[in-house]
Amino acid sequence: MKEIFSIALGAILVNNFIFAQFLGICPFMGVSKKIDTAVGMGVAVTFVMGLASAFTWLANEYLLVPLNLAYMQTVAFILIIAALVQFVEMFLQKSLPALYTALGIYLPLITTNCAVLGVALLNVQNGYNFIESVVYGITGGLGFLLAIVLFASIRERLVFADPPKAFEGFPIALVTAGLMALAFMGFSGANVFG
Amino acid sequence: MNIVYAILVLSILGAIFAVILAVASIVFAVKTDPRLPEIVDALPGANCGGCGYAGCSDCAGHILDGSAPVNACPVGGAASAEKIAAIMGVESGSAEKEVAFVRCNGGTAAKKRFEYRGVLDCVSATKVAAGPLECGFGCLGFGSCVTACQFDAMHIAPNGCAVVDPVKCTDCMACATACPRKLIISVPVSKKVHVACINQDKGKVAMSVCANSCIGCGLCEKEGKKDAIHVTNNVAAIDYDKCINCKMCTKVCPRDCILPIATPEEKEKYKAVKKAQADKAKAAAEAAAAAQTAAPAPNA
Repeated sequence: MKEIFSIALGAILVNNFIFAQFLGICPFMGVSKKIDTAVGMGVAVTFVMGLASAFTWLANEYLLVPLNLAYMQTVAFILIIAALVQFVEMFLQKSLPALYTALGIYLPLITTNCAVLGVALLNVQNGYNFIESVVYGITGGLGFLLAIVLFASIRERLVFADPPKAFEGFPIALVTAGLMALAFMGFSGANVFG
Repeated sequence: MNIVYAILVLSILGAIFAVILAVASIVFAVKTDPRLPEIVDALPGANCGGCGYAGCSDCAGHILDGSAPVNACPVGGAASAEKIAAIMGVESGSAEKEVAFVRCNGGTAAKKRFEYRGVLDCVSATKVAAGPLECGFGCLGFGSCVTACQFDAMHIAPNGCAVVDPVKCTDCMACATACPRKLIISVPVSKKVHVACINQDKGKVAMSVCANSCIGCGLCEKEGKKDAIHVTNNVAAIDYDKCINCKMCTKVCPRDCILPIATPEEKEKYKAVKKAQADKAKAAAEAAAAAQTAAPAPNA
């Protein structure tokens, strides 16, 4: 239990996927203009990261490792994640339209999100078991959700700011993201259980 | 040997997923609005997120359900907005096209309280002592609406007032949102007569702040035959459901605030006609009275 909690806290704050590992920057910059869309994207990423963790762990453990194909992880994981996301999208559209409209539109966008692939590879690298992998995936997604919602709420206010001409738009957003990453550096080294 | 395994495993994996997805696409097929792919095609397809939505198809979905304007895509600009407007226009059927209209014709005719030298933008100008105009309602002419317009339909006229080009206007109303004085409304494109003033001050005050202001005198209301123009809150307003573009009200208006402004000749001519009519009526009344005195009622 202690292990799980430590992994969760680490994924959300200390090793935040965006601010500490710089994964998933594309949707982080692209879909953070409005809080509504940022929440949708964050929830979708959390959902997919949890699912992808589970499936890639199973594929790695029962397919790649027994066949001595661990070096094919990256290729295999991309294939699995892409197929999984497409399947989940179709399934949701038919059977759970409410959930589909809430996050379905973000699903295709995150098929090849590097945070999703990153979580699958990190699970293997860190030698997590199945439960730990799923927890790491979901909490990593929650960390992404936290980061993108905070960032979107800042950007909504940033619209009214009057920066120098050269900083308008994306440059000032990147500067803001950098400052937020700096703030999250404050968590590094935090270790609850000594 | 290992490389063979690698190729085999991935190929088989890929083939299995392909079959699963192919089956799923049939089993889980959902009917979508046929306009959706059309709108997606009309968008640039760069998925840049510049509109604030998660890519082009999300933006198209929002345009379709009406929560985003047809010009939501800043990249596609006027070209894609026009295409989308055409696609979405089918839905509105026979509804008449509307265009924006700026309800002010003050400009240089409006008196200034002070010379404003700040950020050249209407919102900023209104923050400085409520704006440089004596009139608290009129167009400031700094062109916030011009900046907001993505269709090149908004311009500052030579007289310093914003005007709409009804040909280019798509009725997106971005200008109305940008105008701090809420001067811009949507009007049916076929209606040509508009009151270009919303000054609600009493007549004397309205007269002193601008040469083209509505003073609420009510001449247009009396003149109109169709009950289409009314003075409320000291300012005339046209009921577009009743207006028939007869332009009678423009000819009687002493303040030149009903567009299209009648020329002095038109006004003179109109006055002459009215006078002739009045004379004729008076003569008729006199003749009737004379006839009555000449032949008293039989029972008297």
